[in-house]
Amino acid sequence: MEMGFTTAAYVIAAVLFILSLGGLSGQESAKRAVWYGIAGMALAVIATLAAAQGAWLAAVLIAAGGVIGWIVAQRVQMTEMPQLVAAMHSLVGLAAVFIGFNADLELSRVLAMDDAARKTLEGFAALLAKKTEVEQTILRVEVFLGVFIGAVTFTGSVIAFGKLAGRVDGKAKKLPGGHALNAGAAIGSLVLMGVYLQTGAIWPLIAMTLLAFFIGYHLIMGIGGADMPVVVSMLNSYSGWAASAIGFSLSNDLLIVVGALVGSSGAILSYIMCKAMNRSFISVILGGFGGTTGPAMEITGEQVAIDTDGVAAALNDADSVIIIPGYGMAVAQAQQAVSELTRKLRARGKNVRFAIHPVAGRLPGHMNVLLAEAKVPYDIVLEMDEINDDFPSTDVAIVIGSNDIVNPAAQEDPNSPIAGMPVLECWKAKMVIVSKRGQGTGYSGIENPLFYKENTRMFYGDAKKSLDALLPLIN
Amino acid sequence: MKIGALTEIFAGENRVAMTPDSATQLVKLGHTCVIQAGAGVKAGFSDAAYQAAGVEVLKTAAAVVKAADVLVKVRGPEMAEAKALRAGQTLISFFWPAQNPELLEAVKTAGATVVAMDMVPRISRAQKMDALSSMANIAGYRAVIEAGNNFGRFFTGQVTAAGKVPPAKVLIVGAGVAGLAATGTSVSLGAIVHAFDVRPEVAEQIESMGASFVFLDFAEAQDGAATGGYAAPSSPEFREAQLTKFRELAPDMDIVITTALIPGRPAPKLWTADMVAMMKTGSVIVDLAAERGGNCDLTVPDEKIVSDNGVTIVGYTDFPSRMAAQASTLYSTNIRHMLTDLTPKKDGVIVHNMEDDVIRGATVAHGGEITYPPPPPKIAAIAAQKPKEKVKELTAEEKRAAETAAFRAQTLAQVGMLVGGGALILLAGMFTPASFMSHLIVFVLSCFIGFSVIWNVAHSLHTPLMAVTNAISSIIILGAILQIGSDAPLVMILAGLSVFMAGINIFGGFMVTRRMLAMFQKS
Repeated sequence: MEMGFTTAAYVIAAVLFILSLGGLSGQESAKRAVWYGIAGMALAVIATLAAAQGAWLAAVLIAAGGVIGWIVAQRVQMTEMPQLVAAMHSLVGLAAVFIGFNADLELSRVLAMDDAARKTLEGFAALLAKKTEVEQTILRVEVFLGVFIGAVTFTGSVIAFGKLAGRVDGKAKKLPGGHALNAGAAIGSLVLMGVYLQTGAIWPLIAMTLLAFFIGYHLIMGIGGADMPVVVSMLNSYSGWAASAIGFSLSNDLLIVVGALVGSSGAILSYIMCKAMNRSFISVILGGFGGTTGPAMEITGEQVAIDTDGVAAALNDADSVIIIPGYGMAVAQAQQAVSELTRKLRARGKNVRFAIHPVAGRLPGHMNVLLAEAKVPYDIVLEMDEINDDFPSTDVAIVIGSNDIVNPAAQEDPNSPIAGMPVLECWKAKMVIVSKRGQGTGYSGIENPLFYKENTRMFYGDAKKSLDALLPLIN
Repeated sequence: MKIGALTEIFAGENRVAMTPDSATQLVKLGHTCVIQAGAGVKAGFSDAAYQAAGVEVLKTAAAVVKAADVLVKVRGPEMAEAKALRAGQTLISFFWPAQNPELLEAVKTAGATVVAMDMVPRISRAQKMDALSSMANIAGYRAVIEAGNNFGRFFTGQVTAAGKVPPAKVLIVGAGVAGLAATGTSVSLGAIVHAFDVRPEVAEQIESMGASFVFLDFAEAQDGAATGGYAAPSSPEFREAQLTKFRELAPDMDIVITTALIPGRPAPKLWTADMVAMMKTGSVIVDLAAERGGNCDLTVPDEKIVSDNGVTIVGYTDFPSRMAAQASTLYSTNIRHMLTDLTPKKDGVIVHNMEDDVIRGATVAHGGEITYPPPPPKIAAIAAQKPKEKVKELTAEEKRAAETAAFRAQTLAQVGMLVGGGALILLAGMFTPASFMSHLIVFVLSCFIGFSVIWNVAHSLHTPLMAVTNAISSIIILGAILQIGSDAPLVMILAGLSVFMAGINIFGGFMVTRRMLAMFQKS
């Protein structure tokens, strides 16, 4: 009876989770969808608590964790979202490792008991006691996989968090030996799995966990800042697969369902990000850009600077404006100033829109959230495919803190490292204003011919400060 | 430094090389400005306006020459003006050094530096000081206005209660800066515009302005890149083919504007007397090449004549001067840009950097020496035209065949994946117990649901998606809750930690998602 009730609750929770993800197809339905997710989670947790031993302890711990989660969620800045997401992934990864270890410990404990003692067991241990030989082996495989993925997710997310928060150097770094080290560690883990299945001892599991920790660390250390959207969505995917693997080992269908949902969601996001950079998933994960076939095209011309008065005059004369935000806007915390500029321009009847490249920022959809925070209406924030054809009929395109995603070399220079990457064709606008700190190249170190185009004007300086200086001049 | 502007002494010249606006900008560079009294009057700039802009107004030309370190002018200097220059003084104006060797000799003797605005190299960086282009632009515009003035009908076609008016047909010969300006102006007045040029690569520019390119089917194509974007002389055969084409067009055209010039040569004769004879009475020809002899046989420089069959031929050579206010504004801006480059530190100190391509190219006399002609610039003016790859038009059958092939490949890939995946699962099923397989069903189906649901998620909601999947991936808490009741202390501690961490995640994830979603607002 009780088991049936728990399963029924799980079915409802699974449906609610699916609806919750499906609801994210639109901004309005998403507001409802998040409540479905909350309800599903509450239902699943309460149903499990009702059936479990030690429920009071679990409830207290959930409450304690919940308070911390609540406070963090209230305080976090929208520009810090990438870090937060990465940090939260690491928690899921570590939890997966712990639960996997527990499953192994319990299994060993149960196996060591005699038949009489086994009969007295309750809960999870009782479930283990009923398993046949084959089922035990499968359980070990599942535990091993769960712990492996969880461990990679944990250290990977911690490093991703460090890089995004600026506490670890954002540049791609590898230990001598590079990918051979990762491959060696992976092969070592495979060997350890064989040993683990043969002996059932815990030390191979621990050794593998250490190796997996190393893989997660080294893999993410080798990936640079601009590839972070892929990394974060990949880790998102891993945390799902880890939950799924744990679900298998605990014979819990809800864990499997949710893990699969999360895992496929992260996988799709990674795929979208890779496609937006015209790179294969493998090449992003292995770090560094794909091989170039020859010297880059020479860039002629000069960067022509423009002052605040000039930008104001151009904007006052323009009828249509497209703003292209990038990570630099987030770094300079300029979204409020951008929003204010948008409001002023729109109040004067100008057509102002935003063009968002899929990999702008450090997280999928990062720019949308920042603009939403600054109260930019979402219906003027458009995707690359929706707006790319409109640039030729646009008077002024303003590039704020983005570089590679507006680099014409992707289309013009077959030898460029980013050749073939879909980019926002802002140079087709009548005038392009680039707000940039200085003359240097961006993160990727790729020279950007856009800055040298005849219709481009460089608006040097910190994005927020320059925009604040610009605002009073728009009338 | 003191920048001085002189009154133009050439008869009929209305332009001035400094406007109150440009003077304000020059002051920002650290210079001071003087101007000869009345220099801007014909262009619509009074002495008072200059004084208001902080420019000192001096009575005579001699006073200005004496006071100024840098003289700016529109037309090249007369011999007397050239001789009045002193050593170390700089003159910025049009100069035409190839046509005026004696003048060049005179400034050399005087020891002055001359920056010729007509010698600014045609590279992207120098466009802002390309006075030839800005003057040509005005000439092109004015040519259409002059044509309209002498043309007895509308440009645009109209259907009125009083009858139907056909649109005027305009032919532009030579699609340089002036030609394109004329094209744009005619199109915006509503005429049907055809434009011709020997350089096939300008077809795109012509079509982008709404005119049609007169296509000449001739093997010998010119690459304008080799000559710095200008046209080069063509072979006699090509010329013949060209004239044949014009004869075909002549009877139809109401207005013909010719702008064909080849650097350093007399203008090519492209519109012969017999073509004029073919044209309808009341038609207008505006010859922008009149100063160099004209493209039309009948053109008389500086005059407007009417042919025997009633075709008006305008041969004025002073189109920019006829729009003196506009021309002065643009020219003075060109001059100001040149001075900006000459004053790199914006501190009012002129640095004549002969290493700089643009400055070197434009300087024809410097330090008592003639520096004309300049060495070829380090950067090519325009990238060589790449041969356009022809996209092969596929026939209907080929298209269908390609589609079928693609469909087949897709089917094959899908079936292959299904068979492979199915075989793998069947293989697993043979060795694993039913309990595992029942979980596997759930897993595989969930993946499919996940994939189909996530594809529909809006791009702008990807961050909330990540936050919410993050929150629900804490479902792993269920496993920890099941284990927390264990008798083994280590298991209990680890499970407890997991519950705690997942608890953070659940609340944090959902809260932050809600916060984000609440921010998305419609306008």
